[in-house]
Amino acid sequence: MTHSENLTDISRTIDDFDSITDANKAVVDVMTAGQPVLVDVARAHTLIPELDTGEKVLLHAGPPIDFEHMPETIKGACIGAALFEGWASDEDAARRVVAEQVRLIPCHHVGAVGPMGGITSAHMALMKVVNTTYGNVSYSTLNEGIGKVLRFGGYDAEVIDRLGWMRDVLGPALSSALATTDGGYPLAPVMARALTMGDEMHQRNIAASALFAKDMAPLLARAGLPGDTVAEVSDFLGRTDQFFLNVAMAASKACADPARQVRAGSVVTAMCRNGYEFGIRVSGLGDRWFTAPVNTPSGLFFTGYDQSQAAPDMGDSAIMETFGLGGMSIVAAPGVTPFLGAGGFSEALATTEEMAEVVTAHNPNMPIPTWNFQGAPTGIDIRLVVQTGITPIINSGIASKHPGVGQIGAGTVRAPMGCFTRAVEALAEVYGVDVS
Amino acid sequence: MLTTIVQPNHYQDSVALMVLSRAVSDLPGVTKASAMMGTPANRAILADTGFDSPELATATPADLVIGIDAVDEQSCADAAARADELLADQGSAVSGAGTSRVHSLARARTLLPDANLALVSVPGVHAAAEAHRLLDAGLNVMLFSDNVSLDDEVALKSRADELGLLVMGPDCGTAAFAGVPLAFGNVCAPGPIGVVGASGTGTQEIMTQVDRLGAGISHAIGLGGRDLSALVGGRTALAALRALDADPATDVIVLVSKPPAPQVRARVEEVAQQLSTPVVTMFLGARGTGRDGNITAASTLADAAARAVELAGVASFTRPDPEKAGLVGLFTGGTLADEAGVIVSEELGLDVALNSTGPGVVLDAAPHRIIDLGDDVYTQGRPHPMIDPALRAEKITEALAEPSTAVLLLDVVIGHGSAVDPAGAIAGPIREGRERAAAQGRQVRVVASVCGTSRDEQGLDAQIGTLTDAGATVLGSNAAASRHAAALIRRARSRRQIPTPSPVPPRIADLLAGPKVVNVGLAGFAEDLAGLDVPVVQWSWAPPAGGDPRLARIVERLLAR
Repeated sequence: MTHSENLTDISRTIDDFDSITDANKAVVDVMTAGQPVLVDVARAHTLIPELDTGEKVLLHAGPPIDFEHMPETIKGACIGAALFEGWASDEDAARRVVAEQVRLIPCHHVGAVGPMGGITSAHMALMKVVNTTYGNVSYSTLNEGIGKVLRFGGYDAEVIDRLGWMRDVLGPALSSALATTDGGYPLAPVMARALTMGDEMHQRNIAASALFAKDMAPLLARAGLPGDTVAEVSDFLGRTDQFFLNVAMAASKACADPARQVRAGSVVTAMCRNGYEFGIRVSGLGDRWFTAPVNTPSGLFFTGYDQSQAAPDMGDSAIMETFGLGGMSIVAAPGVTPFLGAGGFSEALATTEEMAEVVTAHNPNMPIPTWNFQGAPTGIDIRLVVQTGITPIINSGIASKHPGVGQIGAGTVRAPMGCFTRAVEALAEVYGVDVS
Repeated sequence: MLTTIVQPNHYQDSVALMVLSRAVSDLPGVTKASAMMGTPANRAILADTGFDSPELATATPADLVIGIDAVDEQSCADAAARADELLADQGSAVSGAGTSRVHSLARARTLLPDANLALVSVPGVHAAAEAHRLLDAGLNVMLFSDNVSLDDEVALKSRADELGLLVMGPDCGTAAFAGVPLAFGNVCAPGPIGVVGASGTGTQEIMTQVDRLGAGISHAIGLGGRDLSALVGGRTALAALRALDADPATDVIVLVSKPPAPQVRARVEEVAQQLSTPVVTMFLGARGTGRDGNITAASTLADAAARAVELAGVASFTRPDPEKAGLVGLFTGGTLADEAGVIVSEELGLDVALNSTGPGVVLDAAPHRIIDLGDDVYTQGRPHPMIDPALRAEKITEALAEPSTAVLLLDVVIGHGSAVDPAGAIAGPIREGRERAAAQGRQVRVVASVCGTSRDEQGLDAQIGTLTDAGATVLGSNAAASRHAAALIRRARSRRQIPTPSPVPPRIADLLAGPKVVNVGLAGFAEDLAGLDVPVVQWSWAPPAGGDPRLARIVERLLAR
């Protein structure tokens, strides 16, 4: 189903274009013309009907998956969500509830995106972003900060308490602050500005988060909230360096989604992972997921952890790369280039140059100063991925494969080639190309 | 052994510190290490992970804390020192950006839009298909790859002909354009000699011999070993000959190859005869050397280089009165004069007896003459001209003033007993005589050789320099100078209508103006080019679709949709 308000109909089919390349240009034009605006924060069930049926439903990151195939890290997040929702009072009971009673729905199927496990339940605080160009809507949970957090599989009391605070204090405060604006808080200008301040908006969101906190401060003050609340919320926004990641994810989802209405061409409209499989959607192939086993990210680790403890790749945050940011635009963020390896800035430049070879266009609204102001490389073309063997590089946090531990490092991971070759085969069929 | 180092007021971002932690942890003797800013949260982490110490408790959020757990005191100290080095040295680890690296032709063209040559060293099984794409993209192709079928070679070269492009190879190891060696090549002095080579080392030997003889190379166009076979028909050789003929920087062409198929040899020689530029052929192992019209056949690679050097500068020599163009030799050495007489009469086909018309006159065949100024008739009452150059200086002035003198041939003998500066004594008359002739609309060439060594007190190089500065052409031996002088006269007196070269296809002409290279495959070739400041993009080639031919075909078709 489509989540939308006053949706603009831009539906096109392959018959509307002379070539795949023409179609791809149309897809990317839609993607880059988006104007995402943060309009509200509310409890998830009030925004997403699928979470408001009275059934036990959890949203998860990535393509469809059942509980059995989830890695332990994401199972831990499911347990945390069950505890948070009060479906069970201890870990064992929560595990049984999730395994036996809970219906799992990919975030992407309800217009949402979720980082890492992406586990989202009815009473969590959820951001609502409207793409004012086309009227479609997207959602994401709020960033919990670092340490023990649900998205990395944490489910102890500290985690559950924070989710409660976000539901009861942070969410309503931001909602009140946004209510003082005229139609919401436009996100594209913040993202473009943060790109010039050293964020690539996946690994690094410090600048965007600071801009967000700076902009929210007077709104929070103006909203007539209690002083304690303003102080708590401002403090949380001020020290949560990755707060804007979730905002940017919702914004990127809001921009990528209407592009799916152009049902032609070979541009990737979504990339996501569930810790088991990596999934992509492609413009000419509608809502089908093309999947392959996920890789495991490699990078740098916090004290006491190493590669052997890294969980497989997970999260909807690859929507950032789908939109041309994150790993695609790593050259924008010199400060985090060491995550790529020892090559430093020149390696980052080479990486973005490499990514530029498999995309359709450059997003003129997202110029990168450290790349001579070329726009972010946008619109991954599966034909070029398969031909060149260059798979998109995803910047990623690294979760422990043991539940409850949380984030143990950060690094990069490649999308697996298998989803692209499968999609190419399917596209050949759609376009009537001889595959013998 | 646990050490905690607190560096007050030293900020590093967390990424740099994670890199540092890993580097120090990897040092020998270090069990674990951790570098963090001293925030309360980080201090707790450090304490929890075994780095608790009195120093840690004193750290503030502005302080850098490095915890090291090592097997002994020395390892701890070494690790601490290494941590300091690493912190000081973060920026210098990365060198310059170097050559641009790309993974597709499209990207290569974006970064180097005016590229005019693809140097291809991909595996043979992929080479032909890739070369076709490169030709379609408007690039000349040097195909270093081998294991390309004969059919593919013919198809590629036919396509190149249609598009006005060169395909060098397959299995072409050597080429050079505008002084830039490609793949296997030597850095040679620039000069007027162009090489067309079906053999890599044959081309290299000719190029380097030319360089050693003091001349230089304009371009070397590789063909691949099969170009002159019956099936390929010398397609690239013919295009290369025509391109060099029209190239203003080239005035001699050397063609080197194994003996071509007979019908191909006939075709190539037919074309070579019609060029405006002299051609030296070196068909390895073929019988028959010597001159035939515009073609000089050489017997060895070094011989081909020597013949080419002797022919350099000849193509541009013209006279208003060809039938009166004469060669005048003014020698100080008797045997040198005799040798010149033998060579000149042979080269010009003069049917006269030498030393038969009078004392000192070695050759007398008007308008040509060669005089030995060391003969007794010239040395009565004055010193030998090797000691006193004054007489020859006068004679040079007279000879250059004669309207029929087209080429003046000289020897300069240095060493013990000779004048202090024999070249200097005649430099003025040479310069002034040439200037006067030029003012009268006559091209006059002065050709010389120097008999001497670099150890002689006059200095071989200094004497050559003096002559060259005066406008003389100096060759490496009396024989070479004599043959060069004779070739000039032949050219001036030729009744052959010198053809105007047909224009070179623009993309080939662009390549001759200077290569701008997309290097497809072996990265070393691109690094060599970058080292010569040649515009180059490295295409880090991989087989399309990971080498899956079916998938590659599907993608190719989808890309065409």
